[in-house]
Amino acid sequence: MFRGYEPYKDFKLRKAERVKMNIENLVQISDTEWEIPTYVRADMRVPVRLFATRELLEQIIDDKSLEQAINTATLPGLVGHVIVMPDMHQGYGFPIGGVAATEYPHGVVSPGGVGYDINCGVRLLASSIDLESVRGEMDVLANLLNKYCPSGVGKAGALKVSVKELDQVLREGARWALRNGYASEADLARTEESGSVEGADPDRVSERAKTRGREQIGSLGAGNHFIEVDVVDQIFDGEAANTMGLYQGCLTVQIHCGSRGLGHQVCTDYVQSFQDAVRRYNINLPDRELVCAPMDSPEGQAYLGAMRAAANFAFANRQLLAHSARRAFEETFAPRMSNWHLHQVYDITHNMAKIETHEINGRQMKVCVHRKGATRAFGPGAPGLPPEYRKIGQPVIIPGSMGTASWVLVGTADSMARSFGSSCHGAGRVMSRSQAKKEVRGDELRKELEQRGIEIRAGSMPGLAEEAPSAYKDVDQVVETVSQAGIARKVARLRPVAVIKG
Amino acid sequence: MGFEEISHTADWSVRVWAQDLPALFAEAARAMNSLSGIVTDKGPRLRRSFEAEGPDAESLLVAFLSELVYFQEQENLAFERFEAVVEEERLKVEMEEAQIISIDKAIKAVTYHNMKVEKTSRGLEIVIVFDV
Repeated sequence: MFRGYEPYKDFKLRKAERVKMNIENLVQISDTEWEIPTYVRADMRVPVRLFATRELLEQIIDDKSLEQAINTATLPGLVGHVIVMPDMHQGYGFPIGGVAATEYPHGVVSPGGVGYDINCGVRLLASSIDLESVRGEMDVLANLLNKYCPSGVGKAGALKVSVKELDQVLREGARWALRNGYASEADLARTEESGSVEGADPDRVSERAKTRGREQIGSLGAGNHFIEVDVVDQIFDGEAANTMGLYQGCLTVQIHCGSRGLGHQVCTDYVQSFQDAVRRYNINLPDRELVCAPMDSPEGQAYLGAMRAAANFAFANRQLLAHSARRAFEETFAPRMSNWHLHQVYDITHNMAKIETHEINGRQMKVCVHRKGATRAFGPGAPGLPPEYRKIGQPVIIPGSMGTASWVLVGTADSMARSFGSSCHGAGRVMSRSQAKKEVRGDELRKELEQRGIEIRAGSMPGLAEEAPSAYKDVDQVVETVSQAGIARKVARLRPVAVIKG
Repeated sequence: MGFEEISHTADWSVRVWAQDLPALFAEAARAMNSLSGIVTDKGPRLRRSFEAEGPDAESLLVAFLSELVYFQEQENLAFERFEAVVEEERLKVEMEEAQIISIDKAIKAVTYHNMKVEKTSRGLEIVIVFDV
């Protein structure tokens, strides 16, 4: 048995025990904060803390989000609370919107707690191009973004790297892109982890994962990934917006994607191999997707090395897509304006496990923070932020559902104290993909969005229907909740004008 | 034997049933092809075999379906006419490969979420959640 881990004596009994949650079972802390105490289920090691309004909770009470949050609360070595964000919804293993911190180095790391799309994240670029001066060129811009940013099921990327180069990408992330002329130092400075996670170990990534990665680097993929051109619609914090270079009425670009097939394969490989690890370390779990291993075990170290390598792939991938987006902007606007440039606001990850230091019960502790569908939201003065953001806090980019608003927030001192420096990551689904396709026709949705002045380039009409706004929660409500709860502060609201999807 | 989609907020979930384990594996693969909306060409088929070892039926099933996900994405291949043999901790599947002409939506990964082969009046049943 691994140090300090007590196996459950009556695991089978507890596994059979299912808790039907309803809002009345929850302890209400405030209008935007609720708790599931450890007495709710015998195998919980820590309580679950939910950031949500009653209305948002009612939207997910019948899916498995809360059961999955309780399952997550059984992981060995957890500290504080398991945190769940207002965009929560049912996933597999962890709920989407889940944050869990385990004590470093003896606590566990769980590949399922990061998910298959390792370092799925969002990059925000901004310009000083006024939408009104270029409205007639948005169709040209959308066509060029669609042309230069490959998207769709399994689509190959803009370039194919050699085996040796891929190892460099896995080791260096966006720094590899910088060395090869696809990035600037300023881009890297405004990327979480400077776009290059330390401790990445390409030797821990399988050949199969590398084969998938070599062909897909520089591609967007399909599903809910997208490139979106937005306009800054409303500014809530002028000082922070100015610092980020966000100007009312001007164009921005969001890039939402991750580590593509390489990351999917890394997670698949380790969830499979950890099935044995939990037996070796005598860890009992209510769900096999939560498999985990102590961070300081050979298995835990191997996964962390591979996960960081996949994270670097994703940082390089978003950097290449940013390079392609800049090319599209240059071709569209450079012939008639000098200031067509896109500068980076920030690049965040919302699927990752990271070693960070947080104050827990009055004590500074090194922990492994798993964020699955949750964004790091470090407050002012936190380590690792570029100098210009140290005063205002880390930019937090919250993409809305297609055709609805997106948000730029900043992390706060409260997020550091109450949510392991984390906030929400999007709107959060409320409707299954098949239901969305029954209720919405892709071609009609496209027409409706285009009538609202949004250019749509989509590879698949059923795919478009799956991402219909009605399949998601209201992102404004989600953002209002984290804002009221104090774990993020509003800076700017963005409105879409062009969407490119696989 | 058969399968039915179960509602899942973000991903895909399918219940599969069959009279025995080999048939369950084959039906799960067919369910996966159906969910993805795969259409294959009608040309000549090559045979391919897959072998895996694992401590239980669930881990063999995840390994098998993950193999199909890989070939679908990497080589644009789908598989049909499965003949599976399960002996203790070993799985062997013979199948025909076919080029994919079109696909509606790809599966990213096969999860272990709440996965358990159960005996029911229909034989064996399993619920599989796919990340999409």
